[in-house]
Amino acid sequence: MDHFLQNLINALQWGSFYAVISIGYSMVYGVLMLFNFAHGDIFMVGTYIGLGIATMLLALFSAVLPGWFIFILTVVITMFLAAFVGAFIELVGYRPLRGAPRASAAITGLMIGIIFETGNLIILGAQRFSFPELIKSVSYNVGGVYFTNVKVLIIVVSLILMLALHTFIQKSKWGMAMRAMSYNFLAVPLMGVSINIIAPLTFAIGAGLASVAGILYGQAYPVLDPYMGVLLGWKAFVAAILGGRGSIMGAALAGYMLGFIEIFIAMAFPSTFRDLIAYSIILIILTFRPRGFFGMAHSTQLRL
Amino acid sequence: MQLVVENLAVSYGKIKALHGINFSVKQGEIVTIIGANGAGKSTTLRAISRMIPSEPGTKIEFENNDLLKYTTDKVVSKFGISHVPEGRMIFGNLTVSENLTLSAFARKDSSEVERDRKWVFDLFPRLDERMDQLADTLSGGEQQMLAVGRAYMSGRKIMILDEPSMGLAPLLMLDMFEALKEINRNGTTILLVEQNARLALKFAQRGYVLENGNLVLEGKASDLLDDPKVKEAYLGG
Repeated sequence: MDHFLQNLINALQWGSFYAVISIGYSMVYGVLMLFNFAHGDIFMVGTYIGLGIATMLLALFSAVLPGWFIFILTVVITMFLAAFVGAFIELVGYRPLRGAPRASAAITGLMIGIIFETGNLIILGAQRFSFPELIKSVSYNVGGVYFTNVKVLIIVVSLILMLALHTFIQKSKWGMAMRAMSYNFLAVPLMGVSINIIAPLTFAIGAGLASVAGILYGQAYPVLDPYMGVLLGWKAFVAAILGGRGSIMGAALAGYMLGFIEIFIAMAFPSTFRDLIAYSIILIILTFRPRGFFGMAHSTQLRL
Repeated sequence: MQLVVENLAVSYGKIKALHGINFSVKQGEIVTIIGANGAGKSTTLRAISRMIPSEPGTKIEFENNDLLKYTTDKVVSKFGISHVPEGRMIFGNLTVSENLTLSAFARKDSSEVERDRKWVFDLFPRLDERMDQLADTLSGGEQQMLAVGRAYMSGRKIMILDEPSMGLAPLLMLDMFEALKEINRNGTTILLVEQNARLALKFAQRGYVLENGNLVLEGKASDLLDDPKVKEAYLGG
């Protein structure tokens, strides 16, 4: 039982990473009907931005400000900067391709990803950087279950972010415009709404979320490398598909589900089998529910 | 003239949909363009609201502004040109209230937005009753009310409508046209295209007849109703 609870916390932690990243895939798909395959590498870029900001803030203020405050500052500044990266990718990479076949956009995403990875190598070299410890890791033992404050932080911050996003999507007029775009792309400009505001905003939010996931990831697994976003990005993409293309709620739930499946399979089987079994299960689920949990049929929609 | 369209030509690939048509609409008027399926009616409206590009040489001016310089969202938000599209295109995943809120997205005059919203609810009390319902769950007639109400809130100078009678039962059609008259009395110019020529010509002050991408007739709506050619081709003899 103790073992189970311990794994539950691990599953929630990994689920949080997957969920927060997969939301970025799902939002962009919902609004623009394309998968931004650069998203995993946006997560990587966001993590490195976080690394830079955290290092800088520590150098300047570590004597006067507490670690948790520097953590919050890092999160806020990084989100903001990463959001610009996201909006820039929309502007340069995807906007010129709006009328183009879907495959062109997919290839563009992959290329942007490669540019980010190699760009990182060129600028920072092959050395590996370590994310500074902003929150001093403390272990707790509650009734035989060991966990750290960092794990709790990851889970709590992720939930807060998702709740904030949900509120934004449901209550703000920008959120309404995003939902409207996912229903009928053509009618949105007729409401006086510029698609050239909503599309980059969607990318910006996705990138901002991914960058926070990156900072949290850096707190748990401090050693960074330029390819860190590849596998995590693909897994988050799987979660977005499993949740139902375009469904934010679905992406979040599927992200957590992925975390659970992975961790609990690793409990029962040798860890080398983990991904094989986990993704076979998902393949089977998708065979029976090809649209995922909350996917809408998009075939009847009008698109530019 | 409030809206002046000159030499409007549109092609879909190699197919010419409009061959350079000319027409105009005065402030406060109700003008209709009638024509058969495929004559180019929807194309005309989409070109005005810049949903589709027009050929070089086209002139579309609204209150002396060249609309060709602007994108669709600006045509709506900057000039107050609203467009009720073919098939209504309401946002089914949003509530009635959210649909209306979204339609005022670019407007900064929040007190007037609130007033317009009340006005729309007075005009269509059914929408008020169903304010928190998802738009998908509305009946066809209610969806058309929402499409019109939404357009009214997005821009009030001129409303262009693409077959507002489509898919409505005869009684609902009459109600809808009564509501449009009310909107016009309240100061909004109306330009509508219709396949239901009799209804449109009874409602409008002036009319144009569109055939295969050319305007072939124009005149007072009452004269067009009596025109033998119009009678034979569009009013069932």
